[in-house]
Formats: sequence, structure tokens, C-alpha cells
Amino acid sequence: MAALVVRLSCLGKRWVLACIDGGSRHGRGAAIGLTSRRKRGQSSVAQQPLIAVQKSRKGEREWAAVVGLEIHAQISSNSKLFSGSQVHFAAPPNSLVSFFDASLPGTLPVLNRRCVEAAVMTGLALNCRINKKSLFDRKHYFYADLPAGYQITQQRLPIAVNGCLAYSVSVGKKPSQVSTRTVRIKQIQLEQDSGKSLHDEPRSQTLIDLNRAGVGLLEVVLEPDMSCGEEAASAVRELQLILQALGTSQANMAEGQLRVDANISVHHPGEPLGVRTEVKNLNSARFLAKAIDFEIKRQIHELENGRKILNETRSFDDKLGCTMPMRDKEGKQDYRFMPEPNLPPLLLYDTASLPPGADPQQVINIDWIRERLPELPGKTREKLIQQYGMLPEHSFTLLNEVGLLEFFQNVIKETRAEPKKVTSWVLNIFLGFLKQQNLAVNESPVTPSALAELLNLLDRKAISSSAARQVFEELWRSKGKTPSQIVSEKKLELMQDQEALERVCHTVMEGHPQVGVEGRRKAMHFSAC
Amino acid sequence: MLGRTLREVSTALKQGHITPTELCQKCLSLIKKTKFLNAYITVSEEVALKQAEESEKRYKKGHSLGDLDGIPVAVKDNFSTSSIETTCASNMLKGYVPPYNATVVQKLLDKGAVLMGKTNLDEFAMGSGSTDGVFGPVKNPWSYSKQYREKRKQKAHGENEDSNWLITGGSSGGSAAAVAAFTCFAALGSDTGGSTRNPAAHCGVVGFKPSYGLVSRHGLIPLVNSMDVPGILTRCVDDAAIVLGMLAGHDPKDSTTIQDPVKPFTLPTFADVNKLCIGIPKEYLAPELSSEVRSFWSKAANLFESEGAKVIEVSLPHTSYSIVCYHVLCTSEVASNMARFDGLEYGHRCDINVSTEAMYAATRREGFNDVVRGRILSGNFFLLKENYENYFIKAQKVRRLIANDFVNVFNSGVDVLLTPTTLSEAVPYLEFIKEDNRTRSAQDDIFTQAVNMAGENLTSAIPEPHAKEPEQLHVTSFSYLPMTNELAGIIETFVVTKRPYWT
Repeated sequence: MAALVVRLSCLGKRWVLACIDGGSRHGRGAAIGLTSRRKRGQSSVAQQPLIAVQKSRKGEREWAAVVGLEIHAQISSNSKLFSGSQVHFAAPPNSLVSFFDASLPGTLPVLNRRCVEAAVMTGLALNCRINKKSLFDRKHYFYADLPAGYQITQQRLPIAVNGCLAYSVSVGKKPSQVSTRTVRIKQIQLEQDSGKSLHDEPRSQTLIDLNRAGVGLLEVVLEPDMSCGEEAASAVRELQLILQALGTSQANMAEGQLRVDANISVHHPGEPLGVRTEVKNLNSARFLAKAIDFEIKRQIHELENGRKILNETRSFDDKLGCTMPMRDKEGKQDYRFMPEPNLPPLLLYDTASLPPGADPQQVINIDWIRERLPELPGKTREKLIQQYGMLPEHSFTLLNEVGLLEFFQNVIKETRAEPKKVTSWVLNIFLGFLKQQNLAVNESPVTPSALAELLNLLDRKAISSSAARQVFEELWRSKGKTPSQIVSEKKLELMQDQEALERVCHTVMEGHPQVGVEGRRKAMHFSAC
Repeated sequence: MLGRTLREVSTALKQGHITPTELCQKCLSLIKKTKFLNAYITVSEEVALKQAEESEKRYKKGHSLGDLDGIPVAVKDNFSTSSIETTCASNMLKGYVPPYNATVVQKLLDKGAVLMGKTNLDEFAMGSGSTDGVFGPVKNPWSYSKQYREKRKQKAHGENEDSNWLITGGSSGGSAAAVAAFTCFAALGSDTGGSTRNPAAHCGVVGFKPSYGLVSRHGLIPLVNSMDVPGILTRCVDDAAIVLGMLAGHDPKDSTTIQDPVKPFTLPTFADVNKLCIGIPKEYLAPELSSEVRSFWSKAANLFESEGAKVIEVSLPHTSYSIVCYHVLCTSEVASNMARFDGLEYGHRCDINVSTEAMYAATRREGFNDVVRGRILSGNFFLLKENYENYFIKAQKVRRLIANDFVNVFNSGVDVLLTPTTLSEAVPYLEFIKEDNRTRSAQDDIFTQAVNMAGENLTSAIPEPHAKEPEQLHVTSFSYLPMTNELAGIIETFVVTKRPYWT
């Protein structure tokens, strides 16, 4: 194949220009707005931090924000949606490209069974209705990393519809004040990912990497049932956990396996919805929340100053913390949707409709998949609460940190300590250490067995709580040592010999008669703990 | 030897009367002699000789791969051929060498066929004359026959003979001319609205359009995915059946091919004719139909009747809407299919690099001819959000009605339909180009495209061969229906069968 290099003197430049242009219009635009408002002697809303935006200035009507999400999750699959090319993150450029992926004329799509199963699993986990017949469509637009000039997607009849996703957000100041919310899921559709364009600005060229072109995506469309950044981020986090539990996507946002577009509008309650903007390509939950809150704030600000909201696509600049208009793909796109003629309708079956004598390799049975769904995060949390008497917010924390639940369960397996004690140690001390040093669970120097042993020592009163804390710190510092070794090296054992203890106490008291009765009480307490 | 049928030459190879290399060389030298026909875009001489040599070895060892082993074939230049340039007769793909073989090409090669070259066509198979390719028009071999020259002399004295040549029809005109000129024994064409049957009719060869889904499209550079089928051009129906037998069947690379195993294709015997009910669609008796074609059509019908078949008039009431519907659906898919030709991954790329958009525009303007660009333009118009319901959806609905017309007729007890393929005999080039491609396509596809629209596992079409030998009319088998020895490809009859006729 020819080298996939687009030598374009202007593409890169124009991209930069678009960014600068956007910045000048909106980064600086905000500043101009401020000035003009001051001239009119108004107090500034935009100067407030960009949170809690629903409340308007005194005496004015309240604003309500409406947020919907389109989430693209890369399907965890060995090969692409319509071709046999492998799927790997960070493979050498253009090393995973089949003839079909490069859109060589005459090549045809062949649907990957694994991707269909992943879509069905995800649909079932999100309480969707699975369409027994779904269709593929072509969505046309010209872009250098879209080799065929169209994306194969499911516009008319997607594989799953009408689901819902329950998620929790903390309300109020305390973390224990958790409220469960639900967002409706409009649809889940199967579609192809595009390739990647790398703009090499010094050389004024664009380089195309087609490794990602044709990778299977699940597009999950969440109805506009959310009203702020935090809700959206929590919903995305819950979806991420579900996808990971199902194994249908690794859903790692940093690696682009989960990408979120947010549709945002504001209106006065009781009035029709406002004009919406779309903020594209949000690749972390934190930025998602920030971008949405900024955009809500911006829209209110614009409207309150008599300006209009344009129905446009915006991007989020994480450094400036603001959204700005993107170079629109030639303004308003008409995607000229058309049925994909090379793929027959996708037919799924349940046990009742399964054609007799059907080859199990050729058909997909929805019931069969439903029976084999793994445990979902909601259920896992419920079990943690029931089994270990855990507080709901603790169950959330355990699941939210990658690998923490597994760590917790391994500690539980090996220790006689009370589950509440284990929970407290894992969530307070262990997680605290991890956060302090910005480590992931699997990077922890303390293994579950070590923590279990430490908790055992604590449980049989071999050491005190404060000594246990000291041992933990030592475990963290010096890898390879066992808690028992540390305890004996540092002589941290509690004295178990009653007579010896009494002798010590007497000696102490005799040596310090001035301490008096108060001192005696403390010493006795010491021996009893 | 070259004038024989595929089956005859296959027998000769098996019996050692000729070797594959000798046969290949004979064809190569005839290709050179008939170069003026412009039937081939690429002659793959080296590859062909090598394949012939391999074949010869197999024959010597007695390990022949079957009826196609050592048989020279040609392939329309819109089928991908590994390491052989595949151009679609377009600037866009000049110099494009595919890294893979189309399934049908691979199947031919696997059976030992010898690939002589890639045949000429209208650019991206868009046309009905084989006159609109970047490599120039294909000339109908019958233009150079004694009979045609005499006819011309009678008609117009003093005309420039060079410009009096006849068109082949299209868009598989190169394949039809290659078979008609004896430079190969079978050729692949493609058929979207009549592109195999039309030139077959004009060149007096058999053109067979298999049912949609029977033969893999993988590697066929698409015109209209939902109607395209690889076509077969041979010099007799029996040969077409042999080739079809080699090509038919499920292909995991084409999800629209039928999954059921394909039964071997055996031609029915003469005795079967009197069990047949033959339908004559009254809507096909168009006013534009030439008197010659009309008379052959009724001759053929009479022939069937006299052999004991029941011949009845039937109605395909939506026929008149077919061509306009075809136009909407065809151009829409064309607009979509042509989107990949952007100069990035393969094919032509312009020198302009001001911006990606400017590069796309210049590449596509330089790469495509007016016909292709016109179809892209109208297709995109039909697919616009505001037009989609009014054009595309409506055309799809009418397409269903057209398909139902065929279903209804076949459900009423009709076994086959007997219709003309084209309105008239092949016309001279100078006359043909008086009308633009679009007008010509609309006229020339009038009898053929409805079958493509009906598409899915419904129809098979067999244009009847132009018979050279027998003076008298006779039916030796259902499939072999010699008509007359009239010249210049004026047998424009084709047969549409309800069931693929081999069942």
C-alpha cells in the first residue's frame, strides 16, 4: 500500500488557526463581555467560579440545565468490527490495517460476531430492549482518517433501545449523602471507529494512522436526563464500571477506549429547552464534569447578556478550563445516510425464536447471553453491603478504584479480622497511602497477604492499633518484609504476660510517685488494651 | 481451434490435441491481431504463459483441475486482480495494482484457467456502449465481418469505413468483444443494469447474469452494491453453465452470498421444453422496439410454442417506472461508493495541496469523467436529508413493487420470461454518441435493469447466443436456442427463469 501521508501545507496550519481563532472569540470574548458589563454597571457572574450555576442573580429567574451524553466505547475484541485486523492500543502506525480497513475497492464488510455479542451484553446490562432485527447504514463525510468516505453505523434501527442506567451522586457536604438517579438510554448502536490524523505542523503535513480505523464501537446515547457535570461524570463512571464488569470494553478514557460527547442546553424551568451545543471528545471524567459546568455557565452568561446560543460543536481546553468552538466539518453537515447494501439485516434470536437445527456458530441467542451475564457493579455493591455490613458510600469507593475491590476481597480471604475493620483499613489507610503517592492499586508495595497478616496481628491483640499503623508504614517503605518480622524487629508486640506486666507497672509507679492516681489509671488502661 | 466452444476445447486439451501453451499462444497472437478492437486494457501475456505452462505440467501428469484447466479467459477490468493493474477504465485508478484477487478471479485461477488480460469497459462500468472509458471505445468485432461490410455498402456509399464501426454495447463491451473475437473462451463481466447482457446481445455471445447472491462480489469494484453481480460471457449456454458451476456458491468474504450449498448446474434436455410455460411481458412491447428485434422475439416465441411449450402473455405492470427508479438507486449508491476515491490511500492524487478539501476536489475532478461525476452529483442530491424520503425511499418502494411483479408472474405458473435484451441491433459509434451517456443508458437498460432491481434470489437471465452455423431453427436443449444466422448481433432475446434453471 502507498504511504498514508497527506502532504498538505495548510491542514496543520488551519487547525492551529482554528484553535487560535476559537480562543480569540471565546477565551477573549469572555473578557470583552466582562468589560462591557462593567460599563453597564452590572455585577459579574462570570467572575464566580464555574460551579453551582443554576442559581442566577438575585431577583432573576432560575436556570435549568439539560445534559445528554453520547458515549463511544471501543469494543474489547481481538479483531475489528468488519475485518480480521487485530486490535491493539499503541501498535506501530498502520501495522493493523486490512484491505477493507484501507477501503481498497471491491472489499466488503464481514460482521464480527464478538462485537455483536458485546453489544447484546451491554444492552442487556443496561436494561435495553434488544432489537431482533437491526440494520446498518452509511454515514457520509469526507475526512482524511475515514478512508471509505463513510462510516458504517446503525442509524435507522440500532441493536438495542430504551434502557436505563442507575448511578449515584453525592448530595450535600458529607460523602455519606448519596442519592441514586436514573438516566434513560435511548439506544446502543454498533459502528466503526475512524483512523487517527496526526498533524505534523513543522512539516505542514498530516499523517494518517489507520490502526484504529474500523475498530468496533458501541455508541451509547444517554437521554438528556442530567443537569450538571457531576451527574454526567457519575453516570459515565457507572457505565464504565458496567462495561468493565461485562468485559465488553476496557473503557479506559485515557487510552481513548471511552470517549464522551456532551449535549448541553439551558432554559428557564417551565419553558421549552434551549438551543444546545455539543462538546466533543471529552477524555476524562474530571474534564467532562468541568466542561459541562463551564458550558452551562457560559450559556447562561450569554443568554443573560442578550446573546444567542449557537447550535455548534465545541471542544474543551483542559489547560484553560473552557470550551471553544471547533472547526466545524464544513458547517452544517448533511451525512446523506443510506442503507449499507453489503450487510444483510442483523438478526438475533431468543430461545423461543431460534430456528430449529440452527448452527450455534451462525446464530446469536439473546437468552443464552442473558443467562451468562457476569455480576454487575450494582449487585456487587449490594452484596458488599449485605455481606460485610458496609456503608453504601464505602461500597462505591471500593468499586470506583480499579483493583481495589479485588484487593479488599483478597485481604478478607486471608484474615480473621472483622470485615468492618478490613473496610476501614483498606479505604482509609491503604487508599490514603495510594492517593498520597498517586499510585494505582496494582502498584502498591503492600500486598493483600501482608495487610491480612497485619490485621491478624491486630485482631489477636499481638499489637496495638498505633503499632499496626507503624507496621503498615514500614511495610510500605520496605518491600519484602512480613508484618511479623517488622513487629519483632521494632519490638512492637503487646506484652501478654500478666505478671511481667504488673512488675513493669509497679516499677514505673514506684519510680514516679508524683504521677499519682491519674498515672495509675492510664497505666492500667495500657495493660488492658 | 479458437472458434470452438469451451467444452470442445477442453476436450481437445484433455485428449492432447492441443497443449495449454499452444492454445494460450494462439489466443495471444489473435489478441495482437485484433488490438484495434480495443477489447483489452491490459494483456497479461507473461502471467498467461506462466499459467499455461503450469497447466501443461498438470495435463502431463494427468492431474488436470477440470474443464477450465488451461482455458484462456478474460476478466473485465473492474475485478481486482492481484499484481495486475485494475483501472475501471478511469484516470482515478490508472496504475492501481490490487494486492488481492476477486473471489471469482481466484476461483477461475484455482480451476486452472489462464488469464489473458483485463477487458475494457465504460468508466467504472457506467454506460451502455463501452464508449466512455479513459482508454477509448471498444469496437464490435461484427463491424469487420463480411456480412456487415456488405450491408453497410448497400446502405450508404462513400461513408468513411473507419467510423462506421459498431459499438459493442456495455459496459462489459471488452469482455463481449474478447469472446466474440475468439481471443478467449469465457470472460467475466459485471451486470448492474444490463452490463453483461447488453454487450452480449450486441456481440452475439451468451451473457449470463446470475441471481444476486449466487456469485461473490468480493473484489468486484462496485457500481451499485445492491444490484451488481459478476456476469459470464461465453460463446454458448453450455459453456456459461460450466463457468457458473465454478463460480457459484457462498463466499465468507461477501455477506450477501447465499449460504445454502449450490447444486451442480445441469442443462435440461430437449424433452423439458414441452413442460414449460413461457411468459411474454406485454409491457416490453415498447414502441421504440426495432422491427428486427420484434420479429426475432416472436420467432423465438413461436419456436418455443412449436416445440410444445405454452407461451402466454403476462403483465409486469410497474415496468414503466423501473428505469427512473433505477436511476435514483443507482446514482445514490454510486455517490456513496465513489466517496473512497479521495487520492489518499491509492489511485490518482492531484498536485494541489492547499488544503485537504482542495486536494479532494481536484483529485476527483481529474480522476473521474463527466458521467461518473454527474452520477455522484445526482446521487448526493437524492441522499440529502430533504430529498431522501421523496427520492430514495420512494424508489425503494417502487423497487419492491417491481420485484413483486416478477414474483406474481412466476407464482402464476410461468416458468420463464422471454423478452428482448435491447431495443435494436448494435448501432454505429457515430450514431451512438449523438446521445449522451445518461440518455443512452436509460434507453439501453430498459429491458435489462428491472431484473437487477428485482434482485434477490429471484432471477437469472440468459441472453440467447447469436448462432452462426444453423440455418434452420431448432432447439437442441432448453438453453441452446439458435435463432438465425443474421449478422451483427441482433439476437436480443433473453430468458428470465423463475428458478435458476438448473434446479
